[in-house]
Amino acid sequence: MKASHDVVFVDGVRTPFGRSGEKGMYAQTRADDLVVRCLRELVRRNPSLPPERIDEVAVAATTQTGDQGLTLGRTAGMLAGLPRAVPGFAVDRMCAGAMTAVTTTASGIAVGAYDVVLAGGVEHMGRHPMGFDSDPNPRFVAERLVDADALVMGRTAENLHDRLPHLTRERADAYAAASQARLAAAYARGDVQPDLVSVATRSVERGWGLATVDEPPRPGTTVADLAALRTPFRPGGRVTAGNAAGLNDGATACLLASADAAAELGLPAAMRMVGYAFAGVDPEVMGLGPVPATEKVLARTGVRFEEIGLFEVNEAFAVQVLAFLDHFGLADDDPRVNAWGGAIATGHPLASSGVRLMTQLARQLAQRPDVRYGLTTMCIGLGMGGAVLWENPAHEGARA
Amino acid sequence: MSASTRDDVRPEDLVELLGSAAAGRVTRFPVQDVPLPGGTGNPLVLALITMEDGREAARPTTLGPAGLLELRAALDAVAERVAAGAVQAVGITGKPFVFAAGADLQDVAAITTPAQARAVARLGHDQLRRLGELGVPSFAFVNGPALGGGLEVALHCTHRTVSAGVRQLGLPECALGLVPGWGGTHLLPALVGLDAALQLVVTDPLASRTTTAAQALEIGLVDVVLEPADFLEESLAWAGRVLRGEVVVVRRQVDPGEASWDAAVDAVRARVDARLHGAAPAPYRALELLRRARTDDRDAGFAAEDDVLAELLVSEELRSGVYAFDLTRRRAKRPAGAPDAALARPVTRVGVVGAGLMASQLALLLLRRLQVPVVLTDLDAERVAAGVGRVREGVADLARRGRLSPDAATRLSALVSGSTDPGAAFAGADWVIEAVFEDLAVKRSVLAQVEQVVSPECVLATNTSSLSVAAMAEGLAHPQRVVGFHFFNPVAVLPLVEVARTPATDDATLATAFAVGKALDKSCVLVRDAPAFVVNRLLMRFMGEVHAAFDEGTPAEVADGALAPLGLPMTPFALLRLVGPAVALHVQETLHAAFPDRFAPSPNIARVVEAGLPGFWDPDAPVGAPRLDPRVAALVQVGGSPSTAEQVRERALVALAQEARLILDEGVVADPRDVDLCLLLGVGWPAHLGGLLPYLDRSGVAERATGRRFLPPGAASVR
Repeated sequence: MKASHDVVFVDGVRTPFGRSGEKGMYAQTRADDLVVRCLRELVRRNPSLPPERIDEVAVAATTQTGDQGLTLGRTAGMLAGLPRAVPGFAVDRMCAGAMTAVTTTASGIAVGAYDVVLAGGVEHMGRHPMGFDSDPNPRFVAERLVDADALVMGRTAENLHDRLPHLTRERADAYAAASQARLAAAYARGDVQPDLVSVATRSVERGWGLATVDEPPRPGTTVADLAALRTPFRPGGRVTAGNAAGLNDGATACLLASADAAAELGLPAAMRMVGYAFAGVDPEVMGLGPVPATEKVLARTGVRFEEIGLFEVNEAFAVQVLAFLDHFGLADDDPRVNAWGGAIATGHPLASSGVRLMTQLARQLAQRPDVRYGLTTMCIGLGMGGAVLWENPAHEGARA
Repeated sequence: MSASTRDDVRPEDLVELLGSAAAGRVTRFPVQDVPLPGGTGNPLVLALITMEDGREAARPTTLGPAGLLELRAALDAVAERVAAGAVQAVGITGKPFVFAAGADLQDVAAITTPAQARAVARLGHDQLRRLGELGVPSFAFVNGPALGGGLEVALHCTHRTVSAGVRQLGLPECALGLVPGWGGTHLLPALVGLDAALQLVVTDPLASRTTTAAQALEIGLVDVVLEPADFLEESLAWAGRVLRGEVVVVRRQVDPGEASWDAAVDAVRARVDARLHGAAPAPYRALELLRRARTDDRDAGFAAEDDVLAELLVSEELRSGVYAFDLTRRRAKRPAGAPDAALARPVTRVGVVGAGLMASQLALLLLRRLQVPVVLTDLDAERVAAGVGRVREGVADLARRGRLSPDAATRLSALVSGSTDPGAAFAGADWVIEAVFEDLAVKRSVLAQVEQVVSPECVLATNTSSLSVAAMAEGLAHPQRVVGFHFFNPVAVLPLVEVARTPATDDATLATAFAVGKALDKSCVLVRDAPAFVVNRLLMRFMGEVHAAFDEGTPAEVADGALAPLGLPMTPFALLRLVGPAVALHVQETLHAAFPDRFAPSPNIARVVEAGLPGFWDPDAPVGAPRLDPRVAALVQVGGSPSTAEQVRERALVALAQEARLILDEGVVADPRDVDLCLLLGVGWPAHLGGLLPYLDRSGVAERATGRRFLPPGAASVR
């Protein structure tokens, strides 16, 4: 095998995201069916890719039981009608599941083990509430390994407000309102829709429907609206349903390839992967994770922070994005960051979100040949961060 | 029936009439607007109707009067939105894995007057036709089985997509005693042409055939086949492309020539007539409706269908059909009198005594369905080798026809073996079935031999068709494990097994027999150990009367054709050829020994057997002009008292009624429904007769012959 192949992101799609719960549009739709739809759409809209050339299918889910169990990458591949010869596996790194599916398979491409892969993630939080049926080791508590707050993500966000008291609720609410407005504007321009794949939604009561747009966004949300919301994680707290991502259902998938295979098969390269890094932080303030992850990927690739022209930072909580911006000295409303809105507006079906960030970054880079580097980063439960650095092939300085 | 009373029955009256019968399975029709992806500008909106009854996929969605009123409400709302310009298309699909199965047969029994029947017909027409008359394109997204009225829902739409996995598209009405009269006979010929329409409406249902998605595309029944994985999404995308003109649907040109049209209808009519001789009205009515479809406009065509449904929905043939359907679909699944299934012992090794033709067939079936080691034994090694070879060849044949994978074929071939030493062969067997020569002494000694080498619990089953099972078990140490297990030829095809219990048979043995029957995919009917059980006793009585008439001097074609107006699947002479004259003679002799006053072996059959001939008719005679095999004609001796066909028919039917009454009175089976179930499944007697007893009741034969009916009025009859 030739060592070190360039990895390119060819294409990404996602289902419209839904609100979890009985009234949500996917309440009676299976999680694996959401993934299958994404995989099929990728194959369908890249007709120059012979399906038998796919070397791996990696699908992430945080809770791998029921319709998210049974080695999703394999079962979803079979259900999608991929050739039996195409293998698959399942991935879990909580919120960074799909991101890890991408980095893991990208590593396989880099080492020469794969030419073409599909990677993605799914979370049906209505069917699989975070942490449901988990059995944390009693040593966590007995030995005070982590604070009890560490397993409740909203409380870790409150802790982040404690750690960085200048990141106030007002700033968090203002950030959240802007996220809603930016997504609404992106929808109005038609920037989001091309990468959404419609999903037939099952409901015994309402009959079949078709999901074509995200269900969670609340366009027109004002700071005043947000100020009125209660703080469920703590009396007198700062984290609300309005300045955090909700509980959501959805799936994503993307097509990665070695640069050589992409050229051979006529698959356009939307982004080249420059490098990636994962890093750990205190679980009680897991929202800080993107900071060390980003510093690590920059250190390992030699790219300077100032060279990054577009950021896709997952918005699990507004305060967690603000902590990232605060650390790197960016303004709360920096136009380079989450220019088309983020998870506070679209929703955050845990393990699926990483590929949404990448797909959205790829679309933006295509419009911005002036930008050379883009970053996708996210915080991860139990105190981690992940960051993947991408280069825009359309940029004149891009590596040939 | 005056015109005024015709309109007296309103749809709401039908709902009330059915009342509780329909409770819990009323189909709802929720509607959601869906945007059709693609194109530029404002997305086109399709109003998507789902046929949903809230039950699991195994229970197909049905369309009763209450459901059709729900559809009316849904279409009222859709029509308003179409008029307002809010939707540009309408779609209709089913709950997961099912499109719809049409009218529920349970509803039919409640309909007793032509006015009610006409109201049902009209309600279906009035609502279904709206799907094609909304003023915007309509799409049926056929996501699963679409049968009868369910398929007609799709036919009324202007376009159809179907999921590639669907295998059950069809119009089974004619087989039940109805016609596809909610638009089917009028719409189909224009869509798929007359030949395909004749096949779908008449030929296929009479052969119990349905149509697959791929076949449907080929004949133009559907416009496109889409993969199941994202069938609905891609169907909607396809609908969008049709609406935007990106896809142009090409329909076939239907030849409207009168001469060729009528000739095609007449040709199918002749084939139907050769089998049914007018016994069941439904296919004939369907053919006449298809004949009219060439010239009728929609209103006239639908009105003609209303007329036919008004007649057929209250016909005796339909009631018999519904009764038969219920027996084969429900009663056959829950055999009356079977002991608790939990008592059944596991069967992990099977022995077959005998390696002849019948034994090999049984061994193949047991092997294929039970997938356990099967050992055949016989007296000499050559016969054993031939028997095992036949089983392996059967396995290979299944593999060649794609019914078994190569691995499964290898597995099964390795599981079958043979031996001349029952001691070694049957050690460890849980189930041994004998299929040796029909001779009591032979069978008795075989069972005694087998008992020496098997465990006391091992079930000893006999495939005897007429001998006493109890007599066979005499002298055994453990007669409680002996049971009759009588298949019908060809055993791979006919679904009936008569399970015969002797006074000694214990519940565990009986439960094991029923469990094996179920595993073999057969329907078991529990019978008392009595000569020839149910099917052969009735068949022999009936054949005996026909042959007696022949022997007395009735011309062969008169005697053999006397029962034609019943539409039986086979004439008595044809049945004799299938069973084999020697076997038939043997069973007749057994029955004669038991019931000498009613069963007498025919001397002419005995002559045919002696001469080693296969049957009476000349197989080389042209169709429609039967003649005796010249060798038969040369050796038979007939008397000088011919009967007319009517006399032969009356005599045979009276005999059948008497024998069925005796079978019930003797407790061979406890319930008249089991007599019919046996005849439906064991010899394929037709649903329009309800098997046999409903016909004997409604024709008055039962009363004439036995002084009473078999079934209460209404059970399998209108009154």
